[in-house]
Amino acid sequence: MRDLMPDMPNCLQADGLRVERNGKLLLDVPQLMMDGPGPTLILGPNGAGKSLLLRCLHGLIKADAGQVMQDGGVLNAAHMARQAMVFQQPVLLRRSVSANLDFVLKRLGLGRTARKIRIQELLAEGGLETKARQSARSLSGGEAQRLAILRALALGPETLFLDEPTSALDPAATQMIEAMILRASARGVRIVMVTHDVGQARRLAADIVMMQGGRVVEHGTAKQVLEAPQCQASRQYLAGWLVT
Amino acid sequence: MQDFASQFSQAGHLILTGDPDLWAIVMLSLQVSVLAVLISAVIGMPVGAALAVARFPGRRALIILMNALMGFPPVVVGLLVYLMLSRSGPLGVLELLYTPTAMIIAQTVLVTPIVAALTRQVIEMLAEEYSEQLRSLGVSRLASVPVLLWDARLALVTALLAGFGRAIAEVGAVIIVGGNINHVTRVMTTTIALETSKGNLALALALGTILIGIAVAVNAAVSALTLRTEQEGLRHA
Amino acid sequence: MFRAAIKSAMILCGLLAGPAAAEEPFIVVQSTTSTQNSGLLDFILPGFEAESGIDVRVVAVGTGQAIRNAINGDGDVLLVHAKPAEEQFVADGWGVERRDVMYNDFVLVGPKSDPAKIKGGDDAVAALAAIAQAKAPFASRADDSGTHKAEKALWSLSGTDPTLSSGEWYRETGSGMGATLNLAAGMDAYALTDRATWLSFGNKGNLEVLVEGDPRLFNQYGVILVNPEKHPRVRAAAGRRFIDWLTGHDGQEAIAAYKLNGEQLFFPNAQQ
Repeated sequence: MRDLMPDMPNCLQADGLRVERNGKLLLDVPQLMMDGPGPTLILGPNGAGKSLLLRCLHGLIKADAGQVMQDGGVLNAAHMARQAMVFQQPVLLRRSVSANLDFVLKRLGLGRTARKIRIQELLAEGGLETKARQSARSLSGGEAQRLAILRALALGPETLFLDEPTSALDPAATQMIEAMILRASARGVRIVMVTHDVGQARRLAADIVMMQGGRVVEHGTAKQVLEAPQCQASRQYLAGWLVT
Repeated sequence: MQDFASQFSQAGHLILTGDPDLWAIVMLSLQVSVLAVLISAVIGMPVGAALAVARFPGRRALIILMNALMGFPPVVVGLLVYLMLSRSGPLGVLELLYTPTAMIIAQTVLVTPIVAALTRQVIEMLAEEYSEQLRSLGVSRLASVPVLLWDARLALVTALLAGFGRAIAEVGAVIIVGGNINHVTRVMTTTIALETSKGNLALALALGTILIGIAVAVNAAVSALTLRTEQEGLRHA
Repeated sequence: MFRAAIKSAMILCGLLAGPAAAEEPFIVVQSTTSTQNSGLLDFILPGFEAESGIDVRVVAVGTGQAIRNAINGDGDVLLVHAKPAEEQFVADGWGVERRDVMYNDFVLVGPKSDPAKIKGGDDAVAALAAIAQAKAPFASRADDSGTHKAEKALWSLSGTDPTLSSGEWYRETGSGMGATLNLAAGMDAYALTDRATWLSFGNKGNLEVLVEGDPRLFNQYGVILVNPEKHPRVRAAAGRRFIDWLTGHDGQEAIAAYKLNGEQLFFPNAQQ
């Protein structure tokens, strides 16, 4: 894994992003900067545009207006190659667990031996050592998501996007995944993660982006947002109201 | 109607005693159809996958055409191939008419649209599921084709079996381009047609039973093989 | 997995190469179903093949199709039974010379119930007229075969145009002799067939021979070499050798020797 130099922060920025579909404004983010250490959590109710923002930041969806900036330049293919994403429903190849990792490592051009070693490291990181030869499709929900994260990490990303990776999982599985995310963050990988779980934000976030109706209503350190939310919508959401 | 029982037992006797003529016919049927299906796979799978993944003008029309070709009458295919391979046809110099190769060509023409159309269907569904994930991993549309083909392998084997079923059961095309020549181009279906025309209905029916048996055996063998492949894939990957 | 796939592909190629590799000299004979379905060719050809080392590959179709295939050059020798069409074939330059080989005869078969009351007659033309009169079902090859050509000639002698009743009592099968007999057996129809096919046919059902012995039911077989000047790839030397054998002493004797249930099916009559 690439270790980032602390004096060269990985700076990700949304600049005037707008996405419309059928005349409806789905995303409107004039300015959002993510350059601090530690995980950024995007929080908000369903339909707030969290996943859409994540896909724009990763370059999977091209915004109708505005752009995503990486380290001061417009996001390009080279930047995208240093990003990875984990989806809400893990999309695993219909192969064995280790073949899923091998697929990514092969694309990086690693030799056979190097790949073998790397696969062992990754499996250990995700606690999947005993599952190496099992079909990826036969894994439990938690294992499958761990494998999806390992496969994303295998790319050696500078930025890892996660779209509600634990929304369908029980607390034990969630805990393992959160630990993996924190370890990656500690190694210097920028984490940008969508959740609607306030508790998860509390456990993981260094800073929190609060979204509602396609807009960022608040962005600040976890402490600020969780303890002294500035905006009415944030307060209601954090208080457990059914905000839509 | 003559004695069905005696003709059936005659056919059973031919099978059980490993009658060399009958075995040659069965083996030739398998060679021709299996090779036709393999060639169809080499052509049809990439074409089907490309149609599933690529976006270009005329794509829908091509898909409709391909689906329609799935039901192309074998006799017409036989005639087309005959006209190509006839000594007075453009490919007459190859001297392929009335050879097993001509039969393989005809069956390949019949089976390729089936393999391509079914591949297109299978791959399109899988591509939808994989699309975002593969793009996130930096896999281009073109590069995604082999990934999709490999991950759809089980469904594709089924597509090939469908093609094999059409090939091995087909008589209209092979009888025209093969000529049903004894010991050269006589296969199961043309033998059945011949025995029927001789009025040996029970023998024809018995041969038909072997044909069904072969179809079942091939399906069972392939399904066993894919199962093993699946497990092997898990062990070696 | 890949290795296994390659291995099986190699085995398959080996299997295919098997029959193809044993390439020996051969000729393609365009012939009619009657010579093949009756078992005659299976009986006489091994003698020629053993003597000459030339493999005879028989494509058995109707005479009309056999002639068309030969015109396309898709055969080296033509062995059929429709003398006028054969002479036309030679006159048009597609074949080099025509020789008589053998003959047998056509017979009118029909259901034992015999609604047209033709049984026992020896006048085929009168029998057809009676069938038309009774509007009794008649199954016709209708495939431009030698038998069909003979049938059409008889109808025209009878002064009836059965095709006007096509779909009513006149059933045009558009199929080979066997398929037409299967149909006739199934629907108790009359049919014209060559005697060889009839004797070797296994699904006679309710059918029996009703009219025979009319000189107009004579069925002559001829053999022609496809003209190598029209189609340079015709295997002329081997084809000639086969024709010489067939019309020569050995071939003629072999034809005469072929019997089914003690009955001789073809009568050699080549000019020696």
